[in-house]
Amino acid sequence: MGRFAPLLPELILSIGGTIMMIAAAFAPRRASGIVNWLCVLLLLAATAALVGPPSHAGPVFDGLVTEDLFASFGRAIMYPSAAVAIIAAHGWFERGTEHASEYGVLIVFAAVGMGVMVAATSLIALYVGLELNSLASYVLASYRRTDERSAEAGLKYFVLGALASGILLYGISLLYGFTGTTNFTGLAAAFARGAPSLGLLFGLVFVLAGLAFKASVVPFHMWTPDVYEGAPTPVTTFFASAPKVAAVLLATRLCVVALGPATDAWRQIVIFAALASIFLGAIAAWGQTNIKRLLAYSSINNVGFALVGLAAAGPRGTSAVLFYMTVYVVMTVGAFLCVLWMRDANGEPVEEIASLSGLSQTRPGLAAAFAIFMFSLAGIPPLFGFWPKLLVFTAAVQEGYVALAVAAILGTVIGAYYYLKIVKVMYLDEPAPPYARVREPVQGLLILVAAIAVSPLGYLLIGPLGRLADRAAGSLF
Amino acid sequence: MTGLPLLTILIAIPLIAGFIALFLSPSGARWVALIATLLDLALSAYLWVLFDPNGAQWQFVEKLPIAGNFSWALGIDGIALVLLNLTTFLMPICIGASWRSIEKRVPEYMAVFLLMEALMLGVFAAQDLFLFYVFFEGGLIPMYLIIGVWGGVERIKASYKFFLYTLLGSVLMLIAMLYMVVTAHTTSIPVLMGYNFPPGAQTWLFLAFLASFAVKLPMWPVHTWLPDAHVQAPTAGSVILAGILLKLGGYGFIRFSLPMFPQGSAEFIPLMFVLSGIAVIYTSLVALVQRDMKKLIAYSSVAHMAFVTFGLFAMNRQGIEGAMIVMLSHGLVSGALFLVVGVIYDRLHTREIGVYGGLSNNMPGYALLFMVFTMASVGLPGTSGFVGEFLSLMGTYQASSWGAIAGTTGIILGACYMLWLYWRICFGEARTPEAAAMVDLSAREWWLLAPIALAVFWMGLYPESFIRPIRNDVGRILTRLDTVRPTGDSHLTLGMGAHAHMDMEVK
Repeated sequence: MGRFAPLLPELILSIGGTIMMIAAAFAPRRASGIVNWLCVLLLLAATAALVGPPSHAGPVFDGLVTEDLFASFGRAIMYPSAAVAIIAAHGWFERGTEHASEYGVLIVFAAVGMGVMVAATSLIALYVGLELNSLASYVLASYRRTDERSAEAGLKYFVLGALASGILLYGISLLYGFTGTTNFTGLAAAFARGAPSLGLLFGLVFVLAGLAFKASVVPFHMWTPDVYEGAPTPVTTFFASAPKVAAVLLATRLCVVALGPATDAWRQIVIFAALASIFLGAIAAWGQTNIKRLLAYSSINNVGFALVGLAAAGPRGTSAVLFYMTVYVVMTVGAFLCVLWMRDANGEPVEEIASLSGLSQTRPGLAAAFAIFMFSLAGIPPLFGFWPKLLVFTAAVQEGYVALAVAAILGTVIGAYYYLKIVKVMYLDEPAPPYARVREPVQGLLILVAAIAVSPLGYLLIGPLGRLADRAAGSLF
Repeated sequence: MTGLPLLTILIAIPLIAGFIALFLSPSGARWVALIATLLDLALSAYLWVLFDPNGAQWQFVEKLPIAGNFSWALGIDGIALVLLNLTTFLMPICIGASWRSIEKRVPEYMAVFLLMEALMLGVFAAQDLFLFYVFFEGGLIPMYLIIGVWGGVERIKASYKFFLYTLLGSVLMLIAMLYMVVTAHTTSIPVLMGYNFPPGAQTWLFLAFLASFAVKLPMWPVHTWLPDAHVQAPTAGSVILAGILLKLGGYGFIRFSLPMFPQGSAEFIPLMFVLSGIAVIYTSLVALVQRDMKKLIAYSSVAHMAFVTFGLFAMNRQGIEGAMIVMLSHGLVSGALFLVVGVIYDRLHTREIGVYGGLSNNMPGYALLFMVFTMASVGLPGTSGFVGEFLSLMGTYQASSWGAIAGTTGIILGACYMLWLYWRICFGEARTPEAAAMVDLSAREWWLLAPIALAVFWMGLYPESFIRPIRNDVGRILTRLDTVRPTGDSHLTLGMGAHAHMDMEVK
């Protein structure tokens, strides 16, 4: 039993998820609420179980996965945000003909996959985790099967995702073929033996490309706006938060641990991807009229900033990535919860930015929260979103990449324009027809908590969160 | 000193009041805002009384570590003290100016204004580099809303321009700050003021900070956001913009550029002088042809700010003290001029100069005060404008006679556009019956303008009150600049009759 103690969170989720799946299949439709709430509980229990062996057990199963603080830090962000994605769907799918109860179960399985991803220290575990997460995600994207857009999103996600998996697997096979191992430490040893051969470099590029797809990093981002727009909003909330963290953290661990000796080889790729994401995310969002598409570009833009921290490598850069992703998740989830509350008079969801017009007069609280998230995503002080950006820039400057920091920071100014546009629509324009009231006190509470966390009060968290991120990053070195 | 964290309280009062105001009725919000700003004024005046000009450089110091280097560190020297007081002095006047003219969304308006005050006070009091940046940048959000929500017809364009322009300038400064922290291993502004960065790096650091401060100040050619922002902002917004936000640029030069990068600053003296010279002449000429009163005053602001850069980069005592007085004086005078415009705008809802005329007949009190502020803006001896501009030009002359020639030309042009403006508005015949029918200042408007007029005369007649707190701080900056100051081209020889104090300082 002691052998399995480090895996307690995954066990809770896997076993609990299976039971829930059976329950969902046989339970009456109106019990879907209970099943979903139980799934939330499972995720919270798994988060609680992170305290103890799962955060410091070290390599498990001959180094397939490593249960360290880095992995736990990632899970401690992902599990709760996955739980929020379930709460976000409360009352959403019941409107249609779908079986609402499987939604929570799918998210739980996706969470298991993500948990494996952040802990993976072998290419095989990496792939298994990624696929487990992806398969659940494909289904989630097309969850409203009667809705054309949702079905299209699912199909698009699946086809492109399969392609990316193929690329990733090809890269893995190259790495394995040229080193004879799938283990991260083994790979590091192989890379340390001198200049990497052409085959190894190809393998490295392919693997990074596969991960870039998952994290929707330019140039592998094309699916993101379409899928985010088409998928039901609670699903988009999920896509934009936890899986991104998993993919970025997985890439971080892979780059730092397995490819550490070949830092010069991947750093230029990461720098390119970071800058391309920042600028494309900032510029392409300008013309968007759909709030979900806009937030999709915003998420591309933000992952770009996190990659600036990765490009800095080293403990400080890694710590900055962790800090960045934590704050990013809070801001994004908060913003999407606000989007979820955009309903017309009949209670149907609206996604047009124009419908936000004059929101500050019809719904001052919602508008204020939304504005806080927007300014925070833009990284304007005194909101908390500024601090993680500062950390990644500090890390870059410290490593001597001043030009990278300058370019990235100019990207924030370009990006600020469209965040500002939303604030302008809400505060400066004449009121549009008011939204219907949404009676979801839990979601309201979550919006409030998220808004407070990214408000200037968030600076109180710098100390504890920073120390934790430092320690988590330290476990990789 | 007292044990209370006075500076934190100073910043907290408007923050808390702003939050409360959000939930009140319009009139409740007005009163809360007025009381909070008056309280802050009283507290900052108390700070002035407690402040010991011959004491430690940094007084009322507080420090609360947050994480790593970053801390809630506050403290003020004399330079910050006078600017703090300028802020708290103008704020109740702004609230008063918005009393009637702002009718929509009053609680939000007051809340945003109070937030603005808290952030501005924070800028002057911050002793931590990043804390400074947070306050400095944070000011953008409330100002964006003030212009965007309560502004004129083209408010949206103006608010975007204001926000993005200033943001772009500031982010470059942020990079420079990161470099400084990484190099010097501290975020403490007092420590950094004594840190010697390598000369090569100083060039770049100076340029990065220049990008930010030049936009804020604003200097030619990055001043173009200012006329738009001023014209579109509500009256009180213009007062804050001219009175305090523009001072952030000058404060930045004094606090950062000069003491932290002396070599870098010295290298760019020619550039600064050329830009200031162009600004003072070009923008004065532009001001001359404006038909919109607010635009005219906005351009005059750019011209006056050029005296600040002239004085600062003269790098001598007269220049720097003069620059400080110009900043204070301009804060009062241009704030007052925007209020003066606001008074008649509230009556006729137009800023077209051509509509008015002959106001000295039907609004004698108004004409009197307008005259006072016009004269102060022109720099008539006895008003605050004279002291600042005279000192600043005197300092400039020691460094570069060409600079002084450009500056004095600017003073002449300034007299042209201000007197012509005054003539067109107050003298002659009323051009429209509406203008002739306007009533004189109300009691509220007297209360807004009279205190500023008093302060203008005080500063003009006894500037020592305002120079005493900053004298030692200017001296400290001068010691930092001693080794790098280039010799001027003026070859001054002081006669026996010169003031003993000046004797020592002119080197």
